Amino acid sequence: MTLEIAFFYLFAATAILSAVMVISSRNPVHSVMFLILAFVNGAGIFMLAGAEFLALLLIVVYVGAVMVLFLFVVMMLDVDFAQLRQGFLQYAPLGAMVGGILLIELIMVAGSFLVAPEVAGSSVVPFVEGMSNTEALGNVLYTRYVYLFEAAGLILLVAMIGAIVLTLRHKPHAKRQDIAAQVGRKREDAVEVVSVESGKGI
Amino acid sequence: MIPVIPLGHFLTVAAILFTIGVFGIFLNRKNVIIILMSVELILLAVNINFVAFSAHLQDLAGQVFALMILTVAAAEAAIGLAILVVFFRNKGSIAVDDVNMMKG
Repeated sequence: MTLEIAFFYLFAATAILSAVMVISSRNPVHSVMFLILAFVNGAGIFMLAGAEFLALLLIVVYVGAVMVLFLFVVMMLDVDFAQLRQGFLQYAPLGAMVGGILLIELIMVAGSFLVAPEVAGSSVVPFVEGMSNTEALGNVLYTRYVYLFEAAGLILLVAMIGAIVLTLRHKPHAKRQDIAAQVGRKREDAVEVVSVESGKGI
Repeated sequence: MIPVIPLGHFLTVAAILFTIGVFGIFLNRKNVIIILMSVELILLAVNINFVAFSAHLQDLAGQVFALMILTVAAAEAAIGLAILVVFFRNKGSIAVDDVNMMKG
């Protein structure tokens, strides 16, 4: 029991410290690296809460795909990041004020709320004894929440098409294969029989 | 299985992460990439809340919701970065102050 608490504090402290580094680090590549660390520690917190499937999904999908996408874009864009940091602390007092008020409110809520007993006893999808987290999640995801699941697939499809449409560009002078023109070509367009008089060119 | 870690611990960590994300938007208001990363931090905080309540109330619905948030966050990151790449191609910069092409 104490071991789990200790690991929870380890994960939480590392996640919070790396989140601070994400927003304050000078180099955006370092920011992405710290964001990866924050997400891995978030996955550890998920694991301690008993959501093994989501924890591994966070590592595979987030760290494996989204963060690599971030890293790719940061490294691809040739931006003067020092120039973007001008006036870095200009809005810090306002941000600290808003953030401080938000934090105080959130922690007051987290410290003093109470789950009503009738709510606590009426789970929509209760845990099943002796069933692993992944199995239980799959059981509801493909039955009760199947429309939600398909909507999620649709969202990903739209995002994929949107990203392709946004970033695809045809260079005007690049030579491309035009299959319709190739197939529709007639013999008369390409070959001509000419009778050449002897001693003269064409 | 009742989780041994109290719910308040999870909520406090999520609240701190959420606040750091909001503060990051204020702090790096010129750099769109860091703003997108701050949004990802905020979504992680929300996911921690969902998972913590799911474990506390012994209800899988929270984890299904967290899964959906993960999906939408991935889609948002992909679209946001695509817009960023297109914007950089047109303007040669990613400063938020330069996003003024559509003013009337």
